Amino acid sequence: MSTKMLTYTNLDSPIHRLNGVTKLIFFVVWSVTAMITYDTRCLLGMLILGLLALKISRVAFRQYAFVLGFIAVFFLLNEIAVFLFSPMQGTELYGTRHDLVHLAGRYTLTWEQLFYQFNIALKYAVVIPMALLFLLTTDPSEFAASLNRVGASYKLAYSVSIALRYLPDIQQDYHNISFSAQARGIDMSRKEKLSRRLKNAVSILIPLILTSVDRIDRISAAMELRGFGRKGKRTWYKTRPFTGMDYTALAILSAIVVASFSLTFSDGSRFYNIFQ
Amino acid sequence: MRRPVIEFRDFSFRYKAQSEPTLHHITFSVYEGEKVLIVGPSGSGKSTLAHCINGLIPFFHEGEMTGSVMVGGRELLDLSMAELSDLVGTVLQDPDGQFVGLTVGEDIAFKLENDMVPRAEMVSRVEIAAAATGISELLEASPHELSGGQKQKTTLAGVLVGDAGILLFDEPLANLDPESGRTTVELIDRIHRETAKTVIIIEHRLEEMLHRDVDRILVVRDGRIAADLPAPELLCSGLLAETGLREPLYLTALKYAGCEIAPDMNPQQIGQLRLDACAEKLAAWYRANPAPSESGLAPPLLELRDVSFSYVTDRPALSGISLIIGQGEMVCIAGRNGAGKSTVSKLICGFYRPSAGTLLMNGRDIRADTIKERAQRIGYVMQNPNHMISKALLYDEVALGLRARGLPEAEIRERVHEALKVCGLYSFRSWPISALSYGQKKRVTIASILVLRPELMILDEPTAGQDFRHYNEMMEFLNELNRQGMTIVIITHDMYLMMEYAQRTIVFADGLKISDDTPSRVLSNLDLLKAANLKKTSLHELADKAGFQEPDEFISRFIAYDRRVRNR
Amino acid sequence: MAKSKGLSVKTIVAIGIGSALFAILGRFGSIPSGIPNTNIETTYALLALFALLYGPYAGLLIGLIGHTLKDAIFYGQPWFSWVIASGIVGLVLGIIAGKIRIHDGEFGSRGIIRFNVAQVVANALAWFVVAPVLDILIYAEPANKVFTQGLVAGIANIVTVAVIGTLLAAAYSKTRTKQGSLTREA
Repeated sequence: MSTKMLTYTNLDSPIHRLNGVTKLIFFVVWSVTAMITYDTRCLLGMLILGLLALKISRVAFRQYAFVLGFIAVFFLLNEIAVFLFSPMQGTELYGTRHDLVHLAGRYTLTWEQLFYQFNIALKYAVVIPMALLFLLTTDPSEFAASLNRVGASYKLAYSVSIALRYLPDIQQDYHNISFSAQARGIDMSRKEKLSRRLKNAVSILIPLILTSVDRIDRISAAMELRGFGRKGKRTWYKTRPFTGMDYTALAILSAIVVASFSLTFSDGSRFYNIFQ
Repeated sequence: MRRPVIEFRDFSFRYKAQSEPTLHHITFSVYEGEKVLIVGPSGSGKSTLAHCINGLIPFFHEGEMTGSVMVGGRELLDLSMAELSDLVGTVLQDPDGQFVGLTVGEDIAFKLENDMVPRAEMVSRVEIAAAATGISELLEASPHELSGGQKQKTTLAGVLVGDAGILLFDEPLANLDPESGRTTVELIDRIHRETAKTVIIIEHRLEEMLHRDVDRILVVRDGRIAADLPAPELLCSGLLAETGLREPLYLTALKYAGCEIAPDMNPQQIGQLRLDACAEKLAAWYRANPAPSESGLAPPLLELRDVSFSYVTDRPALSGISLIIGQGEMVCIAGRNGAGKSTVSKLICGFYRPSAGTLLMNGRDIRADTIKERAQRIGYVMQNPNHMISKALLYDEVALGLRARGLPEAEIRERVHEALKVCGLYSFRSWPISALSYGQKKRVTIASILVLRPELMILDEPTAGQDFRHYNEMMEFLNELNRQGMTIVIITHDMYLMMEYAQRTIVFADGLKISDDTPSRVLSNLDLLKAANLKKTSLHELADKAGFQEPDEFISRFIAYDRRVRNR
Repeated sequence: MAKSKGLSVKTIVAIGIGSALFAILGRFGSIPSGIPNTNIETTYALLALFALLYGPYAGLLIGLIGHTLKDAIFYGQPWFSWVIASGIVGLVLGIIAGKIRIHDGEFGSRGIIRFNVAQVVANALAWFVVAPVLDILIYAEPANKVFTQGLVAGIANIVTVAVIGTLLAAAYSKTRTKQGSLTREA
């Protein structure tokens, strides 16, 4: 099928060479840090670092170009929604009011609102390069082993591995089922009335789900036949040893976290205020 | 000293959900280092038997058992599934279900990972196992890049790596094309000889399996062991026909020629077969049964002109395909995995649009028609019936397409009943579909398309995974539909099906149409066979052995004669 | 089945396959509802069914893994507050509805009511409370905006599960009923 998705490609860059565990920790800690801080200086700094890392990875732009469209639309809608619902949120947060232009009714654009919404955008943007890097440079095979290594149970780690393994199969099943349903006049697009759409969705979902339940039985039988779950742990074929590079990366991460938190909370607030 | 590694003693088994036992008083032994083939029709209990050896029964499927089963000298019930996995390595029928790893290497290592083998040791053991099945170059490949045969080699390597003494194969040929099937049979044989492991194979495709010697054949019928014989004796016994199994086709040909099959002729393998006195009888039969002349071309119903298509840019899935399906024809489309067979049918149904070329139906360009509009004339039946069935009741399922079209209920009723009658399902009309067998479900999906009254029907592998009786029923049914005027296109790599039923076979390779001819000519062209992953039929080999100059002529004479016999 | 401690092999596989299904249906299985920016997300009907079939733990993890997977591979960025909300839906639904013996074909009117009570509670908690509160905590978004969004999404999901989820569960239970003596009709 030709649906675009983000997939791993095997390149040789410093980022690709990092251990999956390192990248997983990096991504999670980075995201949490970006969630907590609302300090513009931190966010800008992290964004620049993130883009730098993306450049080092040498991942081709066309590999992720398609998601940028989705992200842009989502951004825009969200920014508009925030403004429509709460045009004075910025003023409330920063405690001052500098009007820029009066639009209509209760809608006045203030510098505070603009700055607040700029920070929201920044918060989302900071995570994107790291999310992309994680997805595009981590070998999915190594991923389960990494999860297990950072403390997730091996069973849970294997669930994730199974999800990645069977995603393409299920996608193909879904397309085949919906094609053959369409050929019998069963459609869930806008062409049909809503009530019909719902009914038709059920007609498409039932075969998908019943074959999936069947598939679960077959896979679990096959796994038991090969001794899955006999011991409390397991080893992994696809693990790589930690190298100096990994320790360096994690050291850089710690530095970023410490810097970010001390900067953010130095004045006792999550928000960086340029108005006072 | 022969040591039994598997011993069934007066063993019976009933599944929890069923009222009748599936296995009755089974007694037999398999000795260390033996190679045993277990044959039987669908529903005979042969798979249940296999599950009692690898522990799926009773540890995964619950039920009631009496008597005893010993595996590796220990009572089945005293073992756990994990311990059994050290004794018995199973290669399951469905390669996608067993292939759980994200790459070939990981999948082979799966058992070792579970056994906590350290990584360094794991890597070398995986390499050895991969080399044994010839997939060393594929260790980094993901399952979606592999053919069915390569997936099976991976699962076999994944079993070999664990070093179990017993190898159990559950219908290893079910999902393979003929050439990959032949390679599998040879591979199993080589591994048996090199490792001296005990090998047990469950399969109903006898001729293909006998391409390499087996020590014994167990015939399972109605949950009982009906025979336990060496291959030559079994083939001469008449038991196959009684059990509903297909005998090797070259033996059928010899019988038509009036030959008596005896064990000393080596009937188990065409390569070792001694024709002796039969040669003369066969030649006489060949001379006396000329094939009828080919019928003329039917007026075109569907025409593809220079059609090209690609899923991803710069990698064409089909290039410049032109073909004609005539009114009332039955045509087969063959080719390897990924050769373009399924893609062509998806283009015809409108699931995808061609990047170049024209599609004509009754001379009218249908490129602009939607899936729904095309479905008025073209029906598509998928390989897996479970992908099509979404209603609980048979009647509702067949009525689904008509209800979507908004027809009045009275007319729907009439048309559904008519379709059910044609498909031999009328007496089941108020049954839930879950009570039907696989073959019946397949018919339900055909009925659900038939009811829409298409002019052309495309079926993807309609006989895959079915035993001889069900294969026969299905094909006779399609043949009857065809005789009533339905044009039928079948995507298949079943060579018997092509020979016995199709008027034409179109062969695809790498997105190109490489042949379009009568099945007997396609099947005797060695280059085509290679390109389509088919193999030389045993009839062809018989013709060679008997010294006939034109094997394709022998094949068509056989087919014509065979049709006359079967229609009697 | 599996005698090992903790999760059975079947539950592990169900979590994996369920997550893949969640991601695929999340990407392809949205039905336009006619109301702008609100889709019928069929994937929540799937989540509800799997929580019912395989229990609260599977429900929680399918919600978490499936939603992360969908956001990550198709849209490039997981939206964590909603990922967690999806997990809550699966968890709560599994806890309340897990006792329905659907594997034995039992899904009568009592089962349907219990299933729907469970799904309303689960969806309300997830979309009216958890998702908006997390949005405020993590992203400091305006309260009225996130609560309105949560309300719309929650109602859409409740309706989706009530209609599609119930039908799916009923269809599944029918395939599990033992067939009595069926006779052919002339």
